[in-house]
Amino acid sequence: MIPLVCPAPIATRDTILLGHGSGGKLSAELLRDVFLPAFANPVLAKLDDQASIEIGGARLAFTTDSFVVKPLFFPGGDIGSLAVHGTVNDLAVGGAIPEFLSAGFILEEGFPMADLRRIADSMASAAARAGVTIVTGDTKVVERGSGDGVYINTAGIGRLREGVQLSASQARPGDAVILSGSIGDHGIAILSQREGLELESDVASDSAALHTLVGAMFAASGAGAIRCMRDPTRGGVASTLNEIAQQSAVGIEIDECTIVIHSAVRGACELLGLDPLYVANEGKLVAVVAREQADAIVEAMRRHPLGGDAAIIGQVTGAHPGMVTMRTAFGTARIVDMLAGDQLPRIC
Amino acid sequence: MKYIDEYRDAGVAKGIAQAVRALVTRPWVLMEICGGQTHTIMRYGLDEMLPPEIELVHGPGCPVCVAPLEIIDKALAIAARPGVIFVSYGDMLRVPGSHSDLFRVKAAGGDVRIAYSPMDAVKLARENPTRQVVFFGIGFETTAPANAMSVWQARREGLRNFSLLAAHVLVPPAMRVILASPANRVQGLIAPGHVCTVMGTREYEDLSRDFHLPIVIGGFEPVDLLEAVRLLVAQLEEGRAEVENQYVRSVTREGNQPAQRIIEQVFEVSDRQWRGIGAIPMSGYKLRPEFAEYDAELVYGTGEITAHEPPECISALVLQGLKKPVDCAAFGSLCTPERPLGAPMVSSEGVCAAYHAYRRRDVGQPILAVPGGRPRLSSRPEPPERRPAGTIACPTEPEVR
Repeated sequence: MIPLVCPAPIATRDTILLGHGSGGKLSAELLRDVFLPAFANPVLAKLDDQASIEIGGARLAFTTDSFVVKPLFFPGGDIGSLAVHGTVNDLAVGGAIPEFLSAGFILEEGFPMADLRRIADSMASAAARAGVTIVTGDTKVVERGSGDGVYINTAGIGRLREGVQLSASQARPGDAVILSGSIGDHGIAILSQREGLELESDVASDSAALHTLVGAMFAASGAGAIRCMRDPTRGGVASTLNEIAQQSAVGIEIDECTIVIHSAVRGACELLGLDPLYVANEGKLVAVVAREQADAIVEAMRRHPLGGDAAIIGQVTGAHPGMVTMRTAFGTARIVDMLAGDQLPRIC
Repeated sequence: MKYIDEYRDAGVAKGIAQAVRALVTRPWVLMEICGGQTHTIMRYGLDEMLPPEIELVHGPGCPVCVAPLEIIDKALAIAARPGVIFVSYGDMLRVPGSHSDLFRVKAAGGDVRIAYSPMDAVKLARENPTRQVVFFGIGFETTAPANAMSVWQARREGLRNFSLLAAHVLVPPAMRVILASPANRVQGLIAPGHVCTVMGTREYEDLSRDFHLPIVIGGFEPVDLLEAVRLLVAQLEEGRAEVENQYVRSVTREGNQPAQRIIEQVFEVSDRQWRGIGAIPMSGYKLRPEFAEYDAELVYGTGEITAHEPPECISALVLQGLKKPVDCAAFGSLCTPERPLGAPMVSSEGVCAAYHAYRRRDVGQPILAVPGGRPRLSSRPEPPERRPAGTIACPTEPEVR
């Protein structure tokens, strides 16, 4: 009888791997093992995309995000507009009205000034459209070879709507799960522009500011109907749903047939062996809402230009807490797991 | 999407599953060889649709999983050398060698890059004449033509800074080992459609005859695989043992002859070590002596690197279809995709990874909480859906615009 033992694992993680930035399990480990113990406090411990804080009686949402996208310019946007939308969206999905942004630039020696101007202009117009003001900033320059042209960090502050307290820990069995539109557009738009992947596609990034869509959702729903919202960026819809399932200790069941995927995104994913559920979005949101108000919220979203394909994609259940499952078109069910690191293209 | 949607039609799939239920009179053990096929079975829950008499076991056709420790260690040694650009398919980066993996070599300063084609590596060699570019040429017969072409092209261009770390394995010799084993339970084979697209079906005719075994060349979409199962069950119930081609839209009896010619020009058949199975004579490709200057093993003198395969790993049994991943005590607890203990958990094509991704609930948890889902391996007959061929059975068409 051969004992059921596997070979010894590789020693503990002593260096940072690319997967630590993927938004998957490795990122979660980094938070759990390094940052949460170091910074321990009740606000951070909620692990939402934004912190809810109170200053002098005013309830504020506060968030930050760094942008290291390559290429810097891509169909549907650029690193500048992305840096504005990303932070605006993190505030918006927290139920806040975005107000002020900061912008920090890490520039690489030799970076073309014309490109920087183009990025700054793009940020300015994205901020104007999103109704936010960039009120402070910082610039550092690193030696040639120490950066990828430009990295941008933005932080943002917004006012929380009165009585609104969203958190990924508030999903309850019976709630409905809403997705605001097609998935995977941003990730595939970026990937198809990458060096070495000569993929001709007309996929444009969905990069957009979601605050007015969120406003429409609040206007259409009663107090407390919206339990939580997230924008499924890196790690995609699958990772976002897993985070909600884990933080709320509930199960989530989604229906494959309700998820909209553009054919060009599907084609690229087929070709590369990627699952669109894990591909990044920059202009979509996932919301968990009270079932009885879900239809009204979806209706309101569909009337908004950024929510035309909004749909209820599943429900929250008391079964299998912490786990996301999907009913396939075949009537069978499968797990939608959280990935360890980035999706890797298959060999054949 | 043409050539995909019609093979993912839930109505057609349910009809085929119903046909299998009507055919089957006793238990049969079928093996799908290719990891891509395993992935589809798990992803769509095809085994849940089939009657309980049909047991699907999973074969050795995951190139990452069967790559021996030794070749990974050689790759790590070459990738860590200064001046080398080491180019690999993405899947290989996470596969553990004896002490490290390519991701760690990259984090430690090695220039490791992911490519989608070996020709990208040739291009890198052309663009970086002062660097040495090494491509990790791994896979079954499917990827052999492209890898052979990269060496052929490099020689044609006179590139002296390109080499191939070749670790090709061949399906038929491994299947012979598995089928000849006294422990073998496999009664019918779904042969790998992509391998046969390149190589044709003649080798499988020999296998079928020698082992009196029904073989169906199968595709990779759910309808392909269910149809392959149906054809196998029909053969088994009728006592036939022959080769049938389900994947006719891609596979011919002769295969892709220009591809076979480039393989033959550049590679020769050689003995190979298989992770989990051991040494199999004449079961792989190595570069022919006339291409020695493109052989990374010779260029970098990695011949001395050897690695001890842990003999106790259950992956050996999993890769031969003798055990299921859930039979492993470490599955899902000590061994997970982020901390893999064995190669089948690393690769997205690996059978342990497929079970972990789609089926973890099978381990000590009630199965199927999704409304409308049927219990796994239920024998309750279900009426075939009546709908015109070619329509999607989803309530809403998932693809818009």
